[in-house]
Amino acid sequence: MALSQDRGPDVGGPLRRRSWSPLASMPRTRRTRVVRGIQYAVFVVLLVAVVLTVDWPTIREGYFNLDKARPLFPEVLTTALKNTLIYTAMGFAFGLVLGLVLALMRLSQVAPYRWLANIYIEFFRGIPLLLWLFFLGYGVPTATGRQLPFSPYSAIVLGLGMPAAAYLAETIRAGIQAVPKGQLEAARSLGMSQPRAMVSIVIPQAFRIIIPPLTNELIVLTKDSSLVAILGVTVGTKELTKFGRDELNTLVNATPLVVAGLCYLLITIPLSLLVRRLEARNARAR
Amino acid sequence: MTLDTNHDSAIVVSDLHKYFGDLEVLKGIDFHVNRGEVVCVIGPSGSGKSTLLRCINQLETATAGQVRISGVDVTDPDVDIDGVRRRIGMVFQQFNLFPHLSVLRNLTIAQRRVLGRGRAEAERVARETLSKVGLDDKVDAYPAQLSGGQQQRVAIARALAMGPDLMLFDEPTSALDPELVGDVLAVMRDLARDGMTMMVVTHEMAFARDVADRVVFMDGGVVVEEGTPDEVLGAPEHPRTRDFLFRVLNPTRAHAQPDERAADED
Ligand SMILES: Nc1ncnc2c1ncn2[C@@H]1O[C@H](COP(=O)(O)OP(=O)(O)OP(=O)(O)O)[C@@H](O)[C@H]1O
Ligand SMILES: [Mg+2]
Repeated sequence: MALSQDRGPDVGGPLRRRSWSPLASMPRTRRTRVVRGIQYAVFVVLLVAVVLTVDWPTIREGYFNLDKARPLFPEVLTTALKNTLIYTAMGFAFGLVLGLVLALMRLSQVAPYRWLANIYIEFFRGIPLLLWLFFLGYGVPTATGRQLPFSPYSAIVLGLGMPAAAYLAETIRAGIQAVPKGQLEAARSLGMSQPRAMVSIVIPQAFRIIIPPLTNELIVLTKDSSLVAILGVTVGTKELTKFGRDELNTLVNATPLVVAGLCYLLITIPLSLLVRRLEARNARAR
Repeated sequence: MTLDTNHDSAIVVSDLHKYFGDLEVLKGIDFHVNRGEVVCVIGPSGSGKSTLLRCINQLETATAGQVRISGVDVTDPDVDIDGVRRRIGMVFQQFNLFPHLSVLRNLTIAQRRVLGRGRAEAERVARETLSKVGLDDKVDAYPAQLSGGQQQRVAIARALAMGPDLMLFDEPTSALDPELVGDVLAVMRDLARDGMTMMVVTHEMAFARDVADRVVFMDGGVVVEEGTPDEVLGAPEHPRTRDFLFRVLNPTRAHAQPDERAADED
């Protein structure tokens, strides 16, 4: 059917099927132009509808209110954004170290290590992050009668880092397995012990391979760090989401949430662009 | 060639068996390489040449039998295998250079981490070895920036920088474009002339004829025939050897009938 249509309407013959739409009887270039024109038209109609129906003054007043935004500065940057970055970095660093250990356990010859790592990974992939944070922040103190040491940082690092480790372990394991077997053999042939060969040859290459997915995990963790807002942190330890929510109450205006959202994008969009560049580079290198 | 029985043996393999699952790949191999000797191992694909080579430095564990390197039984589970491997250089068909390290670091990393040499000494040895293989100008390059032939010469230099007593080569030129094979073989010839003990699995019959002290023909997991290049390549006794050599030397006529072949050989 496609063949006969491509030749245009003038070559209609016995093989030519009856079309269900007038578009199908047009020559291909013209058909493409018409279809695209319809898409643009739909877009313009929707745009006009939005512009006409939205109550712009209310939007500006309620969400993009510069008078309400001004008092948020500089704290939103010097405290909230800074804390989001710190919590994310601490959780990620903890997750990477524990994730590497778990990945090596999963690849271990010793079966109980593999089981343990599997149980850990399945547990934390199945448990909602919010529940885990409640457990650390409120469950543990209730059960033991005291806070974790170094509160709230311990709850934040363990809260974000332990589940992150489960995901990172799988990524790291995939990276280690993606390093060709010949690399380990070459290293062992030079007299390196198994651990030495892993540290000097295999793991550095594994991390190179997984930089794009690791960066993606970092983006996810940046957003997940907002959940520590429930840990009831104090003024100095507020991160973006807690800050935005508290200011929402104080100012009775949603602008702080918009500002907090923009601050997240300030972190995640550059990371996301970085991932795309790295992936493009990897694709070229292959 | 003279087979001095008092000569120190670099490699002695006795009654070596290797199974992969149910598949018996080595079926009782007896094999030796004397110190200073160059032995080429030839044979059809799947005959177990690589497996034999890999059993020698224990990249594969033999199922039964013994491998002695300079008198040390490396099949003994208690042997310090890393210590033994330090003295055996291995060159792979696929080079297996470390892609994340520069050429210089490829050559220094094991010297420093395994032999405990200082940075200056390791780099001096690396540069010397690189100039031996004709690549002193590639010190700072990364493997991906080199041709296959250059990569393989770096791989040989990497093994040599450890100061091995013995070099193992597994089809070192099979992954190379034909015009790059010569450079690698030239390096290996120099090495042989300098008295290095070498075991070379190869399909390069000219190299085997010119350089080898002894040629070993393997087929179906056994050593079928061995002797000087003149004996094995020039006047093979066993029909399987003759058949193999015919196919290697006349690749376009590999499917010729045996009687046709007999006619060809006249
Ligand atoms: N790791 C492995 N697991 C299972 N079978 C294997 C393994 N390595 C090799 N074999 C099998 O053992 C046999 C001998 O393989 P080997 O690589 O030693 O042959 P080769 O003589 O080196 O051949 P080639 O000239 O193709 O390199 C082959 O049938 C191969 O399929
Ligand atoms: Mg092989």
